[in-house]
Amino acid sequence: MNRRHILAMVVGAALLVPGCTGTGGSSKGADAKAADDPSKVTGTIKVLTVRTDLVQDGTMKKYAAQFNKTYPKVKVEFEALTNYEAEVKIRMNTENYGDVLLIPAVIKKDDYPKFFASLGTQEERSKKYRFTDFTAVDGKVYGQSPVGVSPGFVYNKRVWKEAGVTDWPTTPAQFLQDLKAIKARTDAIPYYTNFSAGWTLTSWTYVNGSVHCDPKATDKLAAGDPWAQGADLRVGDTLLYDTVKSGLIEKDPTTSNWEESKPRTAKGEIATQWLGTWAIVQFRDAAKKAGVNPDDIGFMPYPAQVDGTFCAVVSPDYNQAVNVHSAHKEAARAWIDWFTDKSTYAKDNLAISPLKNAPLPEVMKPYEDAGVKFIEVDDSKGAQVKNIDNQSEIGIYAPEYRQNLVDLARGARKGDLDGFLADLSKRWTEARKTAGS
Amino acid sequence: MTDITEKTAFRAGAGAAPAPAPAPATRRHRGWRGLTPWLFLIAPLGLLITFTYAPIANMVAYSFTDWDGVSPELHYTGVGNYTELFTRKDLFQVFFVSGYYLAASAFQIAAALYFATILSFDVRFRNFFKGVLFFPYLINGVAIGFVFLYFFQDGGTLDSVLSLFGVHVDHAWLGTPVSANTSLAGVSVWRYMGVNFVLFLGAIQSIPGELYEAAELDGASRWHQFRYIIAPGIKPVVTLTVILSISGSLSAFEIPYIMTGGATGTETFVIQTLNLAFRFNKTGLASAAAIVLLLIILLVTWVQRRLVPDDKVDLV
Repeated sequence: MNRRHILAMVVGAALLVPGCTGTGGSSKGADAKAADDPSKVTGTIKVLTVRTDLVQDGTMKKYAAQFNKTYPKVKVEFEALTNYEAEVKIRMNTENYGDVLLIPAVIKKDDYPKFFASLGTQEERSKKYRFTDFTAVDGKVYGQSPVGVSPGFVYNKRVWKEAGVTDWPTTPAQFLQDLKAIKARTDAIPYYTNFSAGWTLTSWTYVNGSVHCDPKATDKLAAGDPWAQGADLRVGDTLLYDTVKSGLIEKDPTTSNWEESKPRTAKGEIATQWLGTWAIVQFRDAAKKAGVNPDDIGFMPYPAQVDGTFCAVVSPDYNQAVNVHSAHKEAARAWIDWFTDKSTYAKDNLAISPLKNAPLPEVMKPYEDAGVKFIEVDDSKGAQVKNIDNQSEIGIYAPEYRQNLVDLARGARKGDLDGFLADLSKRWTEARKTAGS
Repeated sequence: MTDITEKTAFRAGAGAAPAPAPAPATRRHRGWRGLTPWLFLIAPLGLLITFTYAPIANMVAYSFTDWDGVSPELHYTGVGNYTELFTRKDLFQVFFVSGYYLAASAFQIAAALYFATILSFDVRFRNFFKGVLFFPYLINGVAIGFVFLYFFQDGGTLDSVLSLFGVHVDHAWLGTPVSANTSLAGVSVWRYMGVNFVLFLGAIQSIPGELYEAAELDGASRWHQFRYIIAPGIKPVVTLTVILSISGSLSAFEIPYIMTGGATGTETFVIQTLNLAFRFNKTGLASAAAIVLLLIILLVTWVQRRLVPDDKVDLV
């Protein structure tokens, strides 16, 4: 046999082998039951997290030590992933993706039972916890977020006051006027887009529900056109467009810097950013580090009122789930339960508790005073929305389309707003027809 | 080599039992000798197959499916992905961006050739300049992306350097598609010129020195030396560089991905492929796109080789 033939055969065989990989776990439908006796739960569990900062500064270890007081025989290890979504997606092709992990956005809801162990029925869990419908498949819940977040504007109270604005704006038009007042009367940048970071612009998708105070807003995304006249996303996108178009943003958005934007907001160089309640704690820390008053950091809802009240949508952060292949499901479940119910995690992050009967955090006091109504948007059609979004390649949970919108508004891209949104509508409606399957 | 082995074999045979049959020993040794190169090749071949051919084979397989990158289920869709790729013109429009990088690499090759020629002659601080020109290539691409993000910032390095010379431009360098792509292509010239430069310099220095001497005696100027000695002498290297530049321009990725993430009209084909695979979970379509890019580059190379055949260089 000729050498060349041997080589060809070896290569040929190597080419054939991998033809059928990529099909990892196939076990389906396991339960992670809560233990009756905490002292009997044993095992070493690995918890995957996005909070690199908390793992590095030892905060997570402190939580684990607290946890061990109740569950002495469970050893908790943490692994923080910087690029969580991308890394965990690849690991989930195997069975080895930690015992407790955060459900990545890429996993289709229908596939949850193949990857995660159930935490119980929705009927039973929804009595105690918020957000159960976000991870429920066929009546069973697969994940639980330890915190609730609400989108809104982080703003510098001092700057807004200097500009003569004391009340929260109640309409987009009034919001623009206030920003113009800030531009005229102070040196601050009225609104910072954080265009360069990209994901910060994605927050604008979470106006969904706030605009019309509609708990069924996600159903409308799935069944209708998000950029029809008066629809939530169109209203939000128009506000962003007008803000940029009126020159109320940073001079060069393409080189904006997220980390720098925090101390700059604290110092009053930046007046406003559209983010979420999760950001408050980071901005306050930045204020402390910069040596300015953390109480200057304020938070306000989207400028829209229904029957004279503002509306804030509360939604989950990453949901924690138990790996269906985990050897210590009981221990993993114990961690999730403890972290959600007993830990001070939500409080430490000034976040809204996932427990229905818990009081609001103190930073949300102005919301209470203003009588802001909290709603949860029903997410039973969330999976379908994601499907349509992927199919249409619009990416309402990705930065590109908002970056294009900002480019359009500042004249770096040809076209007008109506044409731009009409194109999105067209792609969305077309994708909706095929994505049903 | 052969001699030594046979002698060793003979001595070993002689030292052992009386009269071992020589024929089987030789055959055994010949078998071993045939095997030796393969033993050496196991490691590199293993690595090559595991990390290059197997993933490519996987990708080819995925390109015929609707796999989303993580789901345990995938369905065979035939050439559906390829049909989609070739019928959606928006997916091919991003190749216009490669035009900027192509233009930049033409400039880059010219500049590299210029510097290589100059530094091949006896110039003061030669080695220092060689180092300066090659240095950017040694820096990690991600670091370069971040460095230049500050460089192009409003009031950043570029603006302050320009203002030193009294030029006060109020220009957002990454602000418009034309400006952003030009800036990014400029960064890529800065980064990759060193490689071309080193290739050219190596080729130029391999030209025998007597030729220059002879040319000088005949009264040839520096330009003539370049035109009739250097240029034909390094033609194969130039051809190679052109191929590398074209394929590099078509698959530009690192610098635009880190600096703008594809915003403001700087999205290249590879960024688009990556987004398809990891943002919209269309791994099947993205695999097809990657394969199409591979085929396009092979095609360009082939056409280019046909137009400029690789002649044997014969200077003497």
